[in-house]
This record gives sequence, C-alpha cells and structure tokens, in this order.
Amino acid sequence: MFALLVNVIAAAAAAPDSRFSSTNIFAPASTPARKIFGLSMFVLVVTGVIFAVVAGLLGYAVVKFRGRAADAGREPAQVYGSTQIELAWTVVPVLIVVVLVLATTRVIHAIQDAPEPATALDVTVIGHQFWWEFRYPKLGIVTANEMHIPASDPAHPTPTFLKLLSADTDHSFWVPELGGKTDLIPNRVNEMWLDPARPGIYLGQCAQYCGTQHAKMLLRVSVDQPPDFAAWVQAQQRAAVQDPRVVAGKHVFESTSCINCHAVSGTPANGRFGPDLAHLMSRATIASGAAENTPANLRLWIQNPDAIKPGSLMPAMKLSDADLDAVTAYLETLR
Amino acid sequence: MSMNVVAIENLQSAKRSWTETLHEWVTTVDHKKLGILYIGYALLFLVIAGIEALIIRIQLMHARNNFVSAQVFNRLFTMHGTTMIFFVAMPILFGFANYLVPLMIGARDMAFPRLNAFSFWLTALGGLLLYFSLLGGNGLYGAGNAPDIGWWAYAPLAARAFSPGHSSDYWTIALLVSGFGSVGTGINIIATVSCMRCRGMHLGRMPLLVWLNLVMSGMILIVVTPLTAAQLMLLVDRYLGGHFFDTQAGGSATLWMHFFWIFGHPEVYILILPSFAFISEIVPVFSRKPIFGYPVMVGATVFIGFVSMSVWAHHMFTIGMNSYANSFFAITSMCVGIPTGIKIFNWLGTMWGGRILFKTPMLFAIGFLFQFLIAGLTGIMLAVAPFDWQLTLSYFVVAHFHYVIVGGILFALFGAFYYWYPKMTGRMLSETLGKWHFWLFVIGFHMTFDVMHIPGILGMPRRIYTYEPRPGWEALNLVISIGAVVQAIAVLIFVWNLIHSYFKGAKAGNDPWDAWTLEWSVSSPPPAYNFASVPVVASRRPVWDLKHPEDPDSRYE
Repeated sequence: MFALLVNVIAAAAAAPDSRFSSTNIFAPASTPARKIFGLSMFVLVVTGVIFAVVAGLLGYAVVKFRGRAADAGREPAQVYGSTQIELAWTVVPVLIVVVLVLATTRVIHAIQDAPEPATALDVTVIGHQFWWEFRYPKLGIVTANEMHIPASDPAHPTPTFLKLLSADTDHSFWVPELGGKTDLIPNRVNEMWLDPARPGIYLGQCAQYCGTQHAKMLLRVSVDQPPDFAAWVQAQQRAAVQDPRVVAGKHVFESTSCINCHAVSGTPANGRFGPDLAHLMSRATIASGAAENTPANLRLWIQNPDAIKPGSLMPAMKLSDADLDAVTAYLETLR
Repeated sequence: MSMNVVAIENLQSAKRSWTETLHEWVTTVDHKKLGILYIGYALLFLVIAGIEALIIRIQLMHARNNFVSAQVFNRLFTMHGTTMIFFVAMPILFGFANYLVPLMIGARDMAFPRLNAFSFWLTALGGLLLYFSLLGGNGLYGAGNAPDIGWWAYAPLAARAFSPGHSSDYWTIALLVSGFGSVGTGINIIATVSCMRCRGMHLGRMPLLVWLNLVMSGMILIVVTPLTAAQLMLLVDRYLGGHFFDTQAGGSATLWMHFFWIFGHPEVYILILPSFAFISEIVPVFSRKPIFGYPVMVGATVFIGFVSMSVWAHHMFTIGMNSYANSFFAITSMCVGIPTGIKIFNWLGTMWGGRILFKTPMLFAIGFLFQFLIAGLTGIMLAVAPFDWQLTLSYFVVAHFHYVIVGGILFALFGAFYYWYPKMTGRMLSETLGKWHFWLFVIGFHMTFDVMHIPGILGMPRRIYTYEPRPGWEALNLVISIGAVVQAIAVLIFVWNLIHSYFKGAKAGNDPWDAWTLEWSVSSPPPAYNFASVPVVASRRPVWDLKHPEDPDSRYE
C-alpha cells in the first residue's frame, strides 16, 4: 500500500509538460482537495496498519502451521472458538470505525456546508454531450470548455462557487487537483466550490459516462492572477469582432445551419445547443479539448467533426472548400 | 448418523444415444444436473465476457489507440459488466448452491425441483436475449448493435432519446427475465433449507455454506425485486409514454440510481456470501480443524445481510446528496467492515494451530484471504465519502471492485472447482495444472489489478475508450493489459484441466479430501436422489463423527 503511494508521488513529480498541472489527486491545489488529501492520508495510514497486521498474521499462520510430513495422519487439536478472542476482534474494528466516522463526517461537513462568502465568484456549469458550457451570471459571460477563475489569495479568499446543471445526460465535473467530483444531473442543481491559490492550467475531464464521446469531454480550468482574470473578463464581455475582411465567411456561417447551434454575440447567430463562439480564438482547444485550436484543426473540425471526435453531435456541413476556408477565416477573427 | 454409500441404480451408466442424453439434460429437474448446467452455462459466458475484457485491454494498451471505435468500446464494457455479473457470477454461484445445498443438508433434491429447472431456463434465456441484441438491436433490418449504456444504464442515457433502437430493450428484458429466475432460485433455496434438512440437522448444525446461501437467498428476494420494478418502469418510459426517468419530461435521473443501487450494492454481497461459503468449507478441511467461532460466523453473515441493505447510496456520493445523507451512508458502509473483518479473523483463527495442506483449493483460499483483505481496505477508503469524491468513477474504483470480484469471488470459485470437481465428476483435477493455474493467475491478477489503482489516483476516469498521454497513464495501462493476457493464459490452463481431467483424471473415490460434511459420505458423483436412506446427524461435522467415534464433535457442541 505504501509502495503504491510512493509510486504515485514519484509519477506526479515527473510531470513532463510544465504548462499544465498533473491530474494527481495527491497533489491538491485547492482547499476542498487539500482537506480530502489530509483525510486520505489518515485513512491510508489506518488501513496500511490494518493490512500489515492482518497480512502478517496470515503469512505467519501459513508458514508456522504448514502441514509437515512428520505429522501426516495426525489431526491437530480441534478448537471450536473462544468468546474472549471473538470479543477482542469485534471491539477493535468497532473502535477503528468510530474514529474513521468522526474524521469523515468532519471533512464532509467542512467541504459541503462551507458558506459562500460575498467575495465569491459564481459560475454555472452546464454539461452537454460532449462539452462544457460555463456561464458567469453576474459578469454576463458565456464560454465553453475552458473555465477561467481568479487565483484566491488565502488572506483574502475569492473562491469560485459552481452551480452544476446538465442539458442532457449525467456528467461529472472532475479536476482532481482542485477537488472531488460532483455530478451534473438533468433536473437537478448541484454545487461545489474551489479556491486555488496557484495560477496555472488545471486539467480534468468528464467522469460520469455520458455517451459515445465521454472520453473526449475534456476540461480545463485556467486559474489566473486577479489582473489577468479582470482582463479576460473584459475581453469576454466585448461584443464579437466584426471584421469586414471576412464578410464572406460570416455570410456562409449565418446562412447555413451553424447558427442553429452556435451563438456569436451581436450577430443573428444565437443557437444554444453548441458552444458560444463569440470569443472562440481566446480558447486554446476546440471540441472540448479533443484538439488544439489551430487553423488546420478548426478547418478539419468544420469539414468533418467525426475525424477528430467520432460520435460528436456536430454534423459535417458538407461545405465546399472555398466555403470552408471562408468560414475558418471568419471564425479566426473571433478573438 | 447412519452412513450409506449404497448407490441407487443410476440410469446414466446405460448406453444411450446422444439425443436421449440431450433430452435428459434439457428436461432434467435433478438439482445436481441443474447445478452442472448452471456452471457450464456460466463458464461459457465467462469465456465470452473474458474475451470482451481482453479487447478492452488491447484498446487501452496505449494512448490514442484505434483498435476499436468509441461505440464498440462502449458496447464492450456494457456487455462485459452485464455478462459477468448476471450471466457468469450469479449463475455459477447458483450452480454450486444447487448442487451442494441439498447434499449438505441430507436432502434428496431441492424443495421445488420444477421451479428449479424453470429458474435455470429463465436465466439461460436471459443471457441469450442479451446477446441477441447483437442481431436484433436495430431491429431485423439494421446493422447489429449491442447496448452501450453501461451496466447501470443510468437515466436518461437509457431513455429513447439517447438510446434509440432496441439494444437497451434487450438489456432490460434480459435482466427482467433472469431476475425472475434468480427470485425462483432464492425461494427454492429458502424452502429447501427450511423444510428439507435431515433429522438432527437443526439450524445450529447446518454447514456454513448452507447458512451463507440461505442469507444470500433472502437478500435476493428483497433486492432483485426493486431492479425488476425499475426495469418495468423503464419499459413503460420507453414504450408507453411514462416519465419515471425521462428527465426531458420532468422525470428523475436519481430515482433510477436509487432503484439500481438498492439492488446493485446488495448484489455484491449476494455474490460474495456464496464465496465466503466456499472459503468456510475449504479452510477448515485443509487446516484440519473445525471452523473457528461458528456461531459468530453465522451472526456476522446475518449482520452483513442486514447492513448491506442500507449502504446503496455510497455509489452516489457524487450526485449531490446533502452532508447528512452522505454521512449516513459513509457510516453504514464502514459498518460492513466490522462483520467482514470478523469473518477474516475467524478464518485465520481456523488456520491457527492447524496443519495446513497446500492443495490447490487451499492455495486459492489463501489467495482469497489476502486479496479480500486488500479489497476490504480499499472499500473502507471508498466508504470515506470525501475520499470517494476523488476515487469513484476513476480506475481506482474499477481496481477495487475487480479486486472483490476477481481477487475475492473468482478465487473462491476456482477453489470451489478444485474442491468439489471430484464430487461432481468422480475424477480429480490435476494438481500440477492446478498449481500452474494458481500461480499464473496470481501473477496476472496482481499485475493487472494492483497497478490499476494508480491511474485512478492519477486522474484517469473509467469508461473512456481513449486517453491523452498524461504522466504515468501509458506505462501503467500497458502493464495492466499484459497482466490481463497472463490471466487469460491461466484460465485456458484451467479450462484444459477441466476437460482433460474429466477423461483422464485420477479416480476420486467418495472422500478425496478427508472432509466432514455430508456430500462426502456418498459416491462421486452422487447417485440420483443422493441418499438411499436419509442420514441422521448429531453435529456440524457428521462425517468427522463417523471417522472418530471415540471423539465425536457431538460431545462438544
């Protein structure tokens, strides 16, 4: 059990790409994750000791009481039981359970019943097959797949409180370094909170099987320094760029069924089934993290979504090459 | 007791055509034949679901693999889970219960032999229906298609909007039909144990195997019914415009979760109690001592039966229950650890001071004890609700329940095969092949399922057909997949051993292990109707009393 632990920590230490956090649950970066980590270590020690004792007894019994040729044919003493011994190995587990229960309920309460401070940021997370929608109700922002939140200074905490909803099937929000999972369930409002202090990009993904492309429903949380976050908010609040050079692409976009599902603020496009594209180019990935947001990937994604994410709900629009180029050029202006 | 090895003239020995033999097996109401049918049927599905697991492991061998598509992968894990639980584990355990319970209580058959046959054929039909979805999933006009909704079929994924065609219907109906079979078996075992015990075998003298199967049967009656009800409600939703789980019309997704897990968690105990039963017979015989603390073992079993009914929502710690509900289910789940711990201690107490013989059944029993200990401890981790918020739905929980089901239940089952195969066939399984089987399986098991905990800790969710090359994920998954291949080789050796020994194995005689329960007092295989004259017992180990008239158990109990 401890060998396992050492392995994990060694693996965590060897993060090859420093742009991103690892997804190690034992590298907590937010209060709920840290509380869980502390409790986990306690439970690992308790269960580790139980394992050592019981496995030790088993190993001892197997070696000590192995049948020897000399004893062949002779039966050992027939012992039927002992009330005292039974009592002892009933009471000890009961006591262990009592201790574990106290430690557990304390952490459940600390995480689940934490009051929301006035300085908290509210974000509504909506799970879709197979992408994430993030709405900032007080800031009037709608974005997808990459959530930005401010770093929370422990002295002046600005935690983020998430309201979790689903548009279709069950999903589960899981960014291991920031906290445990909470499911997004249709007709139900769930909540969780995060308060990471260290800026960076934290990776996660949908943890509840939600259909064909459950595997490529990836998730990023960008924890920004407060000034960076303020700049991001300002950029997101601006109306979409209207660039006269890409009017052809804009026309294709608005005259095909793209706008049934996608919204671009300040234009007729106001679909809500797919991600909001007003600031598409501010995101590092497309297709919920399935590909880098490069012009080539974007074009391929519009041409044939199944090439990147087979089973995704975005249809191939069968556009001509010229239209494809035009739409891609238009989308690339949406910073 | 009165000892008899007088075989009733057995019609099987007569030379007959294969059609007559087939007819006899299809129409049989003999508990032993039905037991063997259950076991053979389950072994067939074990191989099928095992191949599904191997394909899953090939796909996950490295990142961004394209061995199978997303849809196929999702069908594979759905079919693997459903098959292993409903059409391997349950029938194989029912098979052993069917075969052994009447023999061990000195009865000539189950209480309701026809119900017994009916239950088996329902179960068999259920498995066929599940796999018929490959042909009939899209109706007879479309391409084949198996369900891809996961073995919990969470709402609303199983609703028509998200699961068109008929694949989920085959899943639903397969579980409905086999569920009726399970309830039939449960009723039958309870009636048999209540009414058919031989003279002298009061409840306090029943072998532990019988006790454990009795409690298991009681649990079946209580928990399979909610599953059946939920399946009917799902059908109403899908075809009659109901909205129980139809979230688009205001139905409740969590209602399905409660229905499913109030079945689903006790189901684990329905599977593990018969495994405990095997261990409780094998450990004493190969330690040459009676079971330590028999009354406590019985009490712990009954306690597990009750407590396991109150823990189901620990599968749902992430669905946003309030802190009180989460605390309640954390407490009840940890409480299961107490009677289970007592059981492990009592098995250790049985070995303590004994003279342990390392025959293959005992090797598997020791493997069970070691692995079940670890599975129990990772279970405690998962019962700690906040820790569960991180661990559940990840590969950690997949490793945990495979530790229970493979490391626990399957090891106990392998032990049971080596222990009772001589009784069922009259031939010994090869010890040499048995040891190869054991050691290869142990190595493969630990390569796969020890390592599998770690990707979960490193943030890898379950049920993903492909993954990004995150730190550690790829190397670990490769080791896991190699372990799966080693296990498959071990199972091949086992299957070969079953076939080869049937024809070439050493003759077993009545009592090859020098054991103490009633099944060893009759010939191998036992004659039709088991006992020429019904035995009378005076203790928990009637055959011991017979072998040691100078020092019978009946003097101490």
